[in-house]
Amino acid sequence: MRLAALLLLSGAAFAQVPFDRILKAASEPGSWLTYSGNYQAHRFSPLTQLTPGNVAGLKPIWVYQVPEPGGVETTPLVFDGVMYLTEPPGGVAALDLRTGRALWHYERTLPHDLETLGFGEVNRGVAALGDMIYVGTLDAHLVALDARTGALRWDVQVADHKSGHCITGAPLAIDGKIITGISGGEAGIRGFIDAYDAKTGKRLWRFWTIPGDGEPGNETWHKPDSWKTGGGPTWVTGSYDPALKLIYWGVGNPGPDWNGDPRPGDNLYTCSLVALDADTGRLKWHFQFTPHDTHDWDATEIPVLLDTEIRGRPRQVVAMANRNAFYYVLDRTSGEFLAGAPYAKQTWAEGLDDSGRPLLLPGKEPTEPGNLVWPSLQGATNWFSPSYDPLRKQFYVSVREMGSYYYKGEAEYKTGSFFTGGGERALDGDAAWGAIRALDVATGEKKWEFRLQSPPWAGVLSTAGGLVFGGSNEGNFYALDSRSGRPLWDFQTGGGMTSNPISFLLDGKQRVAIAAGHAIFVFGL
Amino acid sequence: MTRVAVFVLLFAAGLLRSQDPPPRGKKLFETHCALCHGATGAGGRGPDLARPALPRAPDDESLRKIIAEGIPGTEMPQFWQLSPGEAGDLAAYVRSLGQIAIVPLPGDAERGRLLYEKSGCSACHIVRGAGNGLGPELTDAGARRNPDYLRESIVKPAASVPPQFLVVTVATRTGPAIRGLRVNEDTFTIQLRDAAGRFYSFRKAALVNLKKETDATLMPSYELKFSSAELDDLVAFLASLRGEL
Repeated sequence: MRLAALLLLSGAAFAQVPFDRILKAASEPGSWLTYSGNYQAHRFSPLTQLTPGNVAGLKPIWVYQVPEPGGVETTPLVFDGVMYLTEPPGGVAALDLRTGRALWHYERTLPHDLETLGFGEVNRGVAALGDMIYVGTLDAHLVALDARTGALRWDVQVADHKSGHCITGAPLAIDGKIITGISGGEAGIRGFIDAYDAKTGKRLWRFWTIPGDGEPGNETWHKPDSWKTGGGPTWVTGSYDPALKLIYWGVGNPGPDWNGDPRPGDNLYTCSLVALDADTGRLKWHFQFTPHDTHDWDATEIPVLLDTEIRGRPRQVVAMANRNAFYYVLDRTSGEFLAGAPYAKQTWAEGLDDSGRPLLLPGKEPTEPGNLVWPSLQGATNWFSPSYDPLRKQFYVSVREMGSYYYKGEAEYKTGSFFTGGGERALDGDAAWGAIRALDVATGEKKWEFRLQSPPWAGVLSTAGGLVFGGSNEGNFYALDSRSGRPLWDFQTGGGMTSNPISFLLDGKQRVAIAAGHAIFVFGL
Repeated sequence: MTRVAVFVLLFAAGLLRSQDPPPRGKKLFETHCALCHGATGAGGRGPDLARPALPRAPDDESLRKIIAEGIPGTEMPQFWQLSPGEAGDLAAYVRSLGQIAIVPLPGDAERGRLLYEKSGCSACHIVRGAGNGLGPELTDAGARRNPDYLRESIVKPAASVPPQFLVVTVATRTGPAIRGLRVNEDTFTIQLRDAAGRFYSFRKAALVNLKKETDATLMPSYELKFSSAELDDLVAFLASLRGEL
């Protein structure tokens, strides 16, 4: 009888996700319709069934193990009784939300010469729009699948994988368009952000993250042609303001990574946040966090859109906890710097000036014998998601407290090879640690901290019920009290978490899910 | 490894000898490798690389692969940032280290073995299946550690404690304090083993004390117990343990 009920439910609204539905994600808290939960990238669930009072009773409901070995970094999408996720090495699966049993798999044969330069063979999730599921692939294609069957609807090449291009991030689906970024920051690519027609796969626009000859910003690449191999990848899903019709997307490191000599200048728009007109891809504004970066501090963190009071005045802002260890608040209509403060140990800057530009401390560049700097190459945080809790006005972030010896080496560009010029040796083991921190959203001031055994690779989810969920490298999935950071529940999954939690309803009951090890775990009371 | 393979490797190493190692490889070694493997590659925290055959890298391709990808489950990290040219030069330099003559040790390995047995070392260490495994397994100690490191471990054992032998003391509200080695730890729990080999597992929230003694070791110093000649013998014995079971 349960099966019959599910079929009925599914038949009524199976796999139809019009733009309007994602727009109103807050009014449909039982689903998880886009990578970060809503266009504003809050990774906040309005559900209230799970509370500090009852979360101690949370238990696994089902576990789905991916068929092929490999890292699972996916954020699943959930709607109409189905969970959609990516699985290694390049597949997509649709699962029955009640049991975790597979409804379909899409498998992709990857080219035998595929090489991911500088990262693992991973994928962070799908996008949904209309009756289709969209996924970027390791061989740098964008693919549309039929949400009912997994059948291929279109497949376009975004870039050539032989030159180090690759897609690992989840696409962003907006009104009739699929937006995707690109990886390849260690391979000397010239980064971009693309928009494709959701129905046909036709490319609608491309924004190059490094301006070409004669374009504004190109003058920040002082050496001729250095911009052509200047990096600027865009490998983490951005956010969207439907009222302003602006897309916010983080841009990664310049190339070569740790040897800045071949590319003097600020190197726009690397290590920046860009705001793009959703219709044309034209740059509305940019803000560069780390000019002329030499520590691989990509600004590929989640740009979180929210409205708050700054110094007594209501502002529309975008907030980002950056890999460089500073938390930033910018006016999202103009890019104006409003506030910024370190949220983790950093030894490279004295602070930020009135425009938000870092005041550099001398002697913090990578050197041949190695130079110890905080944060490490992997940053004070990384691609894994923060969460914004609008009820408590708090920004939760997974923090990595770790220093690194940065080395400078030679760098020679060759198509499809590493173009990095150095590396790091991190202070690991007991010399490093992690934390979940709650920050005042307007100032970045620390409200509380929960310490973790090691620098985490998992993001956080907050809920209206008053909980913050997170995961650890050692396999702990846990819930904290969002008022105090006090741990209330934890479960050993047996596999490290390099992923982000989500929450949804199953048969009217609140569930929480996360990828751990080679599996997806779903929990409930 | 068969004798034929060893012969082939030595032959190959002999061929390499005629070529000088690239200076870039030496520089990369000093930057990235010397900290653990020693300035001359004779070992330290990491194994001795100054020998003709490397057990995990029978050929240059596998050596380049280890440099690029690390060795999972060990302290050897990956150096993926190196270009293929740099990794090749580094591998060539590491190979050239095997040509440096290893200084013969002054002690007698057989007398060292008798001293090891007589002194009760096997109460905490295992050699070829014999003994108790509280301290590090020593069956391949000579392959992993250079003689200087082995000597220091006997004389000043607290000078370099591997992370998996961290000494911790824990206390619950009710029971007595327990001192032992940390076996594993996560954010919420800790597992340890005491000197008698008993395992314990605790929720950290249930502990009233959790102390990590980063400079401590359960291994006593034998500096005053052994004569200089006895130390030489013991080091010679440990250095002779190359992993044969």
